[in-house]
Amino acid sequence: MSKDWPLWEVFVRSKGGMAHRHVGSVHAPDSEIALRHARDTYTRRMEGVSLWVVPSAQISASDPEDDATLFDPAADKTYRHPTFYDIPEDVKHI
Amino acid sequence: MYTTELQKSNQVRAIEDPEKLAAFEARVAADEFIEPKDWMPEAYRRTLTRQISQHAHSEIVGMLPEGNWISRAPSLRRKAILLAKVQDEAGHGLYLYSAAETLGTSREEMIEALHSGKAKYSTIFNYPTLTWADIGAIGWLVDGAAIMNQVPLQRTSYGPYARAMVRVCKEESFHQRQGYEIMMAMCAGTADQKRMAQDALNRWWWPSLMMFGPPDADSPNTAQSMRWRIKRETNDELRQKFVDITVPQAEALGLKVPDPALEWNEARGHYDFGEVDWEEFYAVVRGEGPVAKERMAARREAWEEGAWVRDAAAAYAEKQAAKKAA
Repeated sequence: MSKDWPLWEVFVRSKGGMAHRHVGSVHAPDSEIALRHARDTYTRRMEGVSLWVVPSAQISASDPEDDATLFDPAADKTYRHPTFYDIPEDVKHI
Repeated sequence: MYTTELQKSNQVRAIEDPEKLAAFEARVAADEFIEPKDWMPEAYRRTLTRQISQHAHSEIVGMLPEGNWISRAPSLRRKAILLAKVQDEAGHGLYLYSAAETLGTSREEMIEALHSGKAKYSTIFNYPTLTWADIGAIGWLVDGAAIMNQVPLQRTSYGPYARAMVRVCKEESFHQRQGYEIMMAMCAGTADQKRMAQDALNRWWWPSLMMFGPPDADSPNTAQSMRWRIKRETNDELRQKFVDITVPQAEALGLKVPDPALEWNEARGHYDFGEVDWEEFYAVVRGEGPVAKERMAARREAWEEGAWVRDAAAAYAEKQAAKKAA
């Protein structure tokens, strides 16, 4: 029995001006066939104007176990947000 | 299309870390989504893998009863529509296999499990499609029941499954409407055509009600699946909803639902309906459906006939990669 083709992650740009967004994955032996499969699987109804395929094995992802240390520090740096600063109401356009 | 969860075995709670389990259950209870790399109890992973892969298998096997009518569709319009619908079913199967793979089971293992008979798929596809009216009845009833099942699954707790369901639901409505339109055309046709439509309804009605799975009382894992938000409504709730919306649709066609016990119950605000033949259901689950053997034989043949294409493409890719490296 033949082995699974490698897995590719598929990203679709829904229309000009929008970023590519992850929609799912396909199996394919190479990037050309991955693009064809992505087209048939994820854009049968004008869902996009551009496709990216990326070998799934090439994606490095953060670990959910590290979420607390990775993303928490932002919460105690409220001075990064404009609402941190009190400006008198009669001062306009700021 | 859709499948209900058919194989059951769940008793691993004792081996899970109680702290992690409590944190997981709290997240699910708060309607948070669980993503592939998040910690999850093994029983959750197993139940989902089984449910999503059975769902995927159902989409793939679901192409067979309709595929054999593509060459016999009565007009070019109907043929183009049926081709597009069958292609959608393949797409739905692929979204779902991808979602199941994120739980750590390979595509190859899942396909192997289907072909060996170890994995189940929806019982509905083990009934034959005898006339063109069956294609109408399948779109209307089978895809209608599938929509009823799948809409709540868009909020299922596992992120990749929920996202696959959003895509599937967007596409499924076309399937149901094209089926109903076929029924409308036949019911507005000759007396013979209308008889065919009634005959198709007679044969597909009960198997469609079976698509929601066994009664809640005989579905021991429903409570666990509801708690984990894998399932959002019970089999009986969904079945009742389906009957309530479908009966008026049959009336609009001038067709009669083949259930002498069917009656509007003013007090409940629902239709009362007769008992499904659960023995038939379990027999079909066991693989005794009228065309179960043909379905699996056709599926295996398609897979084996395509093996040389898969191997050739893999060999070509390897050769190109080697050339590039040299």
